[in-house]
Amino acid sequence: MIRDDEAATERRITCSVNGERITATVPVRQHLVDFLREELGLTGSHIGCEHGVCGACTLRLDGVPVRGCLILAVQADGAAVETIEGLTESGEIAELQRIFVARNALQCGFCTPGMLITAAELLRRPRPMTRAAIREHVAGNYCRCTGYQAIVDAIAMAIEARLTAETGGGDR
Amino acid sequence: MKAPAFAYARPATLEAALALLERHGEEAQILAGGQSLMPSLAFRLSAPAILVDINRIAALQGIERQGDDIRIGALTRHAEVERSDIVRADLPLIAAAISHVAHPAIRNRGTFGGSLALADPAAELPACAVALEARLVLASAAGRRTVAARDFFRGLFQTDRRPQEILIEALIPRQRAGQRSVFLELSRRHGDFAVAGIACQADFAAHRLAALRLVVFGSEPYPRLARHAAAAAGAAAPGDLGELVAEALARDLDPIEDQHGGRAMKRHWAQLLARRAMAQLAVA
Repeated sequence: MIRDDEAATERRITCSVNGERITATVPVRQHLVDFLREELGLTGSHIGCEHGVCGACTLRLDGVPVRGCLILAVQADGAAVETIEGLTESGEIAELQRIFVARNALQCGFCTPGMLITAAELLRRPRPMTRAAIREHVAGNYCRCTGYQAIVDAIAMAIEARLTAETGGGDR
Repeated sequence: MKAPAFAYARPATLEAALALLERHGEEAQILAGGQSLMPSLAFRLSAPAILVDINRIAALQGIERQGDDIRIGALTRHAEVERSDIVRADLPLIAAAISHVAHPAIRNRGTFGGSLALADPAAELPACAVALEARLVLASAAGRRTVAARDFFRGLFQTDRRPQEILIEALIPRQRAGQRSVFLELSRRHGDFAVAGIACQADFAAHRLAALRLVVFGSEPYPRLARHAAAAAGAAAPGDLGELVAEALARDLDPIEDQHGGRAMKRHWAQLLARRAMAQLAVA
């Protein structure tokens, strides 16, 4: 067993990935997305720029969205990781996904997992938002196909749908 | 690209982290939020022998009032600063600046101390620290010392921190009655690196501007007080404030050229923002 304050190039980690307990030995230089994709076969987190600019690798670490390429796998030791696979399976973002399809908010789909995880934050505590505020929220996620218009539409529709559901469908 | 090979340790206490830095010196890099360090590893701009991950050191967390200061622990995430009632009430300049710090997913990891210690010229928080006369506390195995923010930043990515030291907290005087602050930033998209920005705080006495601490960032190599602008502000009649400060500011500037523009363009943006900032101060 390697002590925490001892320098090591490999380390044993235990974390929860989409609710499942995972134990593995990881090279300390491996980032979290490589670990998820290469070791666990969870290829929904995409690797775009691999330096924190594009947002394609966005996932949740202990409940909040982070760039998966800017976290080492070893840093997920003891943490809860949620990927697009987990959020899809749980149904949390089912409606958002349905609206993304309905509104054509994706073309090649490369940015979509990260875009969905980023947008899902706006549905956790939904409040009316301007298009400008939605754009600002997703500014850290690149899409090179859609020009963002349809993505902003879809997120606005999902917020609207969530607010309507919460107020019982009445006029606001 | 993938990061080069390195060793990794994650001490649970400040003492253990400082012992590691003492042993490894310049071969070590401190891993806090990692939002700048990880890209620099991926680009192989940085090749430390060992990463000292300080994320598990509980003593570096938290935001609290300490007399007239607000203490912000070095490991406090930008997202925590953004949500903090103390920051909103007592440090309005930082409250205004923090949403400009990158994007939500980055703010969930990036740390207050990391931003100060890196001293990226485009970063918002170093400029705020100088404008607000913050004091930064540095710890090493030998002890602690406190450095005024204005003395901490030395040049492009250059600070007064020694390789064996960890920046452990910032002590920032809370905004008093009679003080006002303005934060402005130009960037290509919200959350992108600043092309130019201004962080400033002014003291007012009897409705007249008595002192101005103005820092230009993004277009300058490192944050420092604009002395000529401050002198002009002290002498200006309210109606001329923007023009006189913008004019004097030109003598404080030493713009860096980059893909966003040359020196003349950078100077223009800084002066433009200075005029806007003075207009906002006057009506605040």
